[in-house]
Amino acid sequence: MTDSISKKNLKLARTLLLVAVAMFGFGYALVPIYDVLCEWKWIERDRPDDIKKVAESAHKVDVNREITVEFLTVLNESTPMEFHAETKQIKVHPGEYHTVNFYAENKTNKEMKSRAIASFSPAVISKYFEKIECFCFSEQTFKARETKKMPMRFVINPEIPEQYKTITLSYTFFDNTERSINN
Amino acid sequence: MSAVVDEHDHDHHADDHHDHGPAKGLLRWVITTNHKDIGTLYLLFALTMFFVGGAMAMVIRAELFEPGLQFVDPAFFNSMTTMHALVMVFGAVMPAFVGLANWQIPLMIGAADMALPRMNNMSFWMLVAGVLLLASTLFMEGGAPNGGWTLYPPLVLQPITVGKALPFAIFSVHLLGISSIMGAINIIATIFNMRAPAMKLMDMPLFVWTWLITAFLLIAVMPVFAGAVTMLLTDKFFHTSFFNAAGGGDPVLYEHIFWFFGHPEVYIMILPTFGVASTIIPVFARKPLFGYASMVWATASIAFLSFIVWAHHMFTVGLPLAGELYFMYATMIIAVPTGVKVFNWTATMWKGAMTFETPMLFSIAFVVLFTLGGFTGLMMSIAPSDFQYHDTYFIVAHFHYTLVPASVFILMAAGYFWLPKWTGHMYNEKIGQLHFWLSVISVNVLFFPQHFLGLAGMPRRIPDYAVQFADWNMISSVGGFIFGASQLLFLYIVIDTIRGGTGEKVSDEVWEDASKHSLEWTLPSPLPYHTWTTPPVSVPTEHVLDSH
Repeated sequence: MTDSISKKNLKLARTLLLVAVAMFGFGYALVPIYDVLCEWKWIERDRPDDIKKVAESAHKVDVNREITVEFLTVLNESTPMEFHAETKQIKVHPGEYHTVNFYAENKTNKEMKSRAIASFSPAVISKYFEKIECFCFSEQTFKARETKKMPMRFVINPEIPEQYKTITLSYTFFDNTERSINN
Repeated sequence: MSAVVDEHDHDHHADDHHDHGPAKGLLRWVITTNHKDIGTLYLLFALTMFFVGGAMAMVIRAELFEPGLQFVDPAFFNSMTTMHALVMVFGAVMPAFVGLANWQIPLMIGAADMALPRMNNMSFWMLVAGVLLLASTLFMEGGAPNGGWTLYPPLVLQPITVGKALPFAIFSVHLLGISSIMGAINIIATIFNMRAPAMKLMDMPLFVWTWLITAFLLIAVMPVFAGAVTMLLTDKFFHTSFFNAAGGGDPVLYEHIFWFFGHPEVYIMILPTFGVASTIIPVFARKPLFGYASMVWATASIAFLSFIVWAHHMFTVGLPLAGELYFMYATMIIAVPTGVKVFNWTATMWKGAMTFETPMLFSIAFVVLFTLGGFTGLMMSIAPSDFQYHDTYFIVAHFHYTLVPASVFILMAAGYFWLPKWTGHMYNEKIGQLHFWLSVISVNVLFFPQHFLGLAGMPRRIPDYAVQFADWNMISSVGGFIFGASQLLFLYIVIDTIRGGTGEKVSDEVWEDASKHSLEWTLPSPLPYHTWTTPPVSVPTEHVLDSH
């Protein structure tokens, strides 16, 4: 191999290596790009920051429609808690305000920071599900062995399209003690 | 071609520093920078891993032979599906194609060696280190990773599914990634800078073209995968929240990043397959390849499209309607350049003076069965239908059709096609034909029933299943055992051919008129340790006749 070809090879190899490093960076750049796409509603998702507290206002109650709301309570991995809703499901009219109590207990002898994350099925109805009060708005601190009664007050916006007759709302409690983001 | 040999010898005498042959002893294989030696290492390593991954598949099929839990516990079963995929993709198919590239690209473009021979050696040994690291997880407390080869969070981050294996699997992916990227850089540098002056880009054999494009795909996506698994690692051990919902992350983000890598990755395994098929079929049809230029453009289009269709792997995770539609139509478009290729191969055979030696048989089976796998892919691209197929055995049947009777068959074909050239010995044609017929029948018995299972609703990655799926699973398992056992014939043939084969001395061009198609057949058989120390003055253009 002549020197000039060796030099050309090394130069090309360096350029390609730079491309590879840049693509590694691009992998990380996908994280903020994804956030932007979610903000533009190109991708549906409910992040803690996306759950907005809505002020109680008078909706016109649509008594002709009845929607079943199911509640799932989940503990992430082996989060050492007890967590349940007072009822598995309720039937509501769109526009009608309801309060459902959730109970959570810290089963450890240490203080614990937990975060409940909501998830809707079908995902698209999240924008019609207005929460006035919810334990999911912020991180919860549980003292050792503490049990909390946590009310969740909500209304389903009467603009919700006709085809949705059952909504499943799932809450997952994450143990955030070690990675608290303090919001 | 004696002229070439003379020049070659002359060159040796003129240059005293040049090696005359390989180093003696086993150390030769550790320190070698010769493209043929490294190609051999890659190919033998890939063949070994093919049997390791195959053994795991046998465990899977044995457990699925009947409903109920017979042989292994569910966690180990899931380790087997995960490891089978990782070993076959990163340990067998990809290294086998890199091995072929090492052997063939310098020979086909008239280069003396790869552009960066030492880096070449390093990328092979990093591959070995990566695969050993991955294999070591099998012996760890908690077992090998068992969350699926896609390593989806949150499952893969949960203690119950990872044991101690996750960080090892992730570092293994890093090593394999670095190895592939170095290999790809080497291939691009070789093709761009080391070609014989007489060979223009549009004179290059299709195998070289497909590898050039594949190498760019590798450089573009392997780092993205490395980034994704690094995020998993920091989420697990350093309390970042890329994919942790409680910390503001989103597991679905991982799926997007993974498939941004994952979809081009499946084309990394199929594009060189196309290249080999385009090399073999014209030789046995005794015609130039039909539509050379369209083949090049089709390959490039498929590579480009592979970057913009990733979310068809995740139709069911909750995409907005516009997204579902976009990814559906974009995916369907891929059928166009792929169809161009299939029609070109068919047109190459049309009215050709065909003979059916083993490499050709495997290539024809590839064209037929890959097309079948492509059709099921088209079915899945229809988003509303995909909700039915998602995560069922229909998917398993689809991707195995595009990988086993496609990539693996073509790798076998390449073995039969080039082994005589590399070793100077002819393989046993009778055993080759037997290997082909056993493989082609059993591979269909193995995978075709999985379409039915999937459509009937059998999920992937389960060790036990409802009794309604029993019959087809049993048939599939029987096909699997026959297919697995048949591959031992290939192992026998490889060893036998290296040790002398039929004893028949092969000519320089081995196959009739092969030297009209590609440069390597103008060199002596067996190939000398150093070739093309003086570049060829003219290059065969039979394969590009149509476009000139």
